[in-house]
Amino acid sequence: MSNQREDIGMIQNVERYLEGKMLPNEIAYFEQLRKNIPEIDEMVVEHNMLMHQLNNYGNRVDFKNSLNDIHEKLSEQGNISEGLEVTPKGRIIQLYHKYKRVTAIAASVGGIIALVISALVSSIGPANNNDKIEQLGRVVAQIQQKQQNQGNTINEVTKHFTENEIIVTSGGTGFLIDADGYLVTNAHVLHGSSNAYVMSNTHENYDATIVFRDEVRDIAILKIEDFPQLKKLPYSIKKSEVDLGEELFTLGYPRNDITYNKGDLSALTGYNGDTLSCQIQMSANPGNSGGPVFNKNGDVIGILSTREKQSQGVSFAIKSKNIYRLVDDLKNADNSIDIKLSTASSSLKNKDRVSQIKQIESCVFLVKAFNKK
Amino acid sequence: MKSEYTEQLLLKGLANNDSKAIETIYKDNFKMIQNFIINNNGSYDDARDVFQEAMIALYEKVQSESFVLTCKINTYVYSVCRRLWLKRLQNQGKFSNQMDIVEETVPVEDDIEVHEKRNAEFAIMERALSSLGEPCKSLIEGYYLKKMDMQAIAVEFGYTNADNAKNQKYKCFMRLKKLFFSQYNIGE
Repeated sequence: MSNQREDIGMIQNVERYLEGKMLPNEIAYFEQLRKNIPEIDEMVVEHNMLMHQLNNYGNRVDFKNSLNDIHEKLSEQGNISEGLEVTPKGRIIQLYHKYKRVTAIAASVGGIIALVISALVSSIGPANNNDKIEQLGRVVAQIQQKQQNQGNTINEVTKHFTENEIIVTSGGTGFLIDADGYLVTNAHVLHGSSNAYVMSNTHENYDATIVFRDEVRDIAILKIEDFPQLKKLPYSIKKSEVDLGEELFTLGYPRNDITYNKGDLSALTGYNGDTLSCQIQMSANPGNSGGPVFNKNGDVIGILSTREKQSQGVSFAIKSKNIYRLVDDLKNADNSIDIKLSTASSSLKNKDRVSQIKQIESCVFLVKAFNKK
Repeated sequence: MKSEYTEQLLLKGLANNDSKAIETIYKDNFKMIQNFIINNNGSYDDARDVFQEAMIALYEKVQSESFVLTCKINTYVYSVCRRLWLKRLQNQGKFSNQMDIVEETVPVEDDIEVHEKRNAEFAIMERALSSLGEPCKSLIEGYYLKKMDMQAIAVEFGYTNADNAKNQKYKCFMRLKKLFFSQYNIGE
């Protein structure tokens, strides 16, 4: 108890020292004490630090409160509001419009200068001044060239990105349906391109040939070249219907790394009652297209393909039985194609999600479609 | 267009807790961030959250002595919000493709790192104060944060005199110190 009283006395001294309330001779004495007794020195440092933290804490609490007050005030005054028109187009388009105006002005200014100078030249200059007229032509041509360059830059920005000699036009997700390297994705992922390559979850790239695409069903089949053959796919492709409210999940490439997402089956039909697809409550992103939709046992029940623009988190998937139909059609048309859809009962049943994904993820690929330059 | 002079004044006002300046910055920038967040998979509440966090980051930045802002306020706020929002989307496993190529941004990674360290410190202090319990918490806040004098505190809390209140305050302070540093050291 007496020990605690001594401590309190010392804290009081430390506090008075730090607050500058000590008399000069007291300060000198205290500083000597600090030098000689490391414990006291430590107390001063800790006390100072704690005060600093406490002040930071207090300032932030006050500032947070004033931010909230300001927010309420501005909402009441109508300066800010929840309702906000969402810009329909991306920023890139806006950028383009911005540039378009600038280039248009540049072009018209260039045109006017050209006109004025050529008028001057023709009115003042004698007829033998051909050199100058030609030079002027080049100035105008240069402006045009510049304008074109700007246009090209904008085009490049619009087309996601350039890679070496090829221009990737679109991308999405695809997944294996056969251990031989056959892969399914959405036809719209290919976007009319003639070539594609795929990237695995470990970021290895493989060339892929487009075996078949069905724009109506929006399904395409690719074959991965030089694919290290698998014994067996970990999942099966489900032929039967799914049930309302089933818990579903997907893997895809809305960005360069494989991404997991989950949701529930919310309707047995797709957009506008389309019976080929079903509706899922899941927030899909561009790039998820073509990704597999699994039920909780790890069976593929569909191909994630579209989402509703107006409402958040409503996505649609093409039912997996369409893959069977497509493959049957394909086999009838061409005997050389030998796709064996994975039907073996899923080895993923009753496993937790993390181990399911570990087994599946190497079968889901990022699909990039491109046209050769 | 805001002149540089006005911007400097606004920042000075922000540093000094001038509510008019805070309000002006808020009004000038919130809509831009709201637009950005809503167009990138977020809600109005997300926008409010992220924007206020960026305001806190800016507020704490202007208070440091070494403070310099080498760009306009809106560019800074936008850059911080963009970074924070990107992080949150990534944590949720969502990602928006349209995120890139937007407005001008400045590198804010270092600032965000400092901000996150402060967030952690704030959380530790918050926890330490709440485990302190009453009346210790209010006593500490009254004296150190609201700068009330000991006499007023004694009256408010019902101590018989200022000396007893002071004694109690020191005891509370010792406990707070223990609680805070037990967490703070782990956090380091």
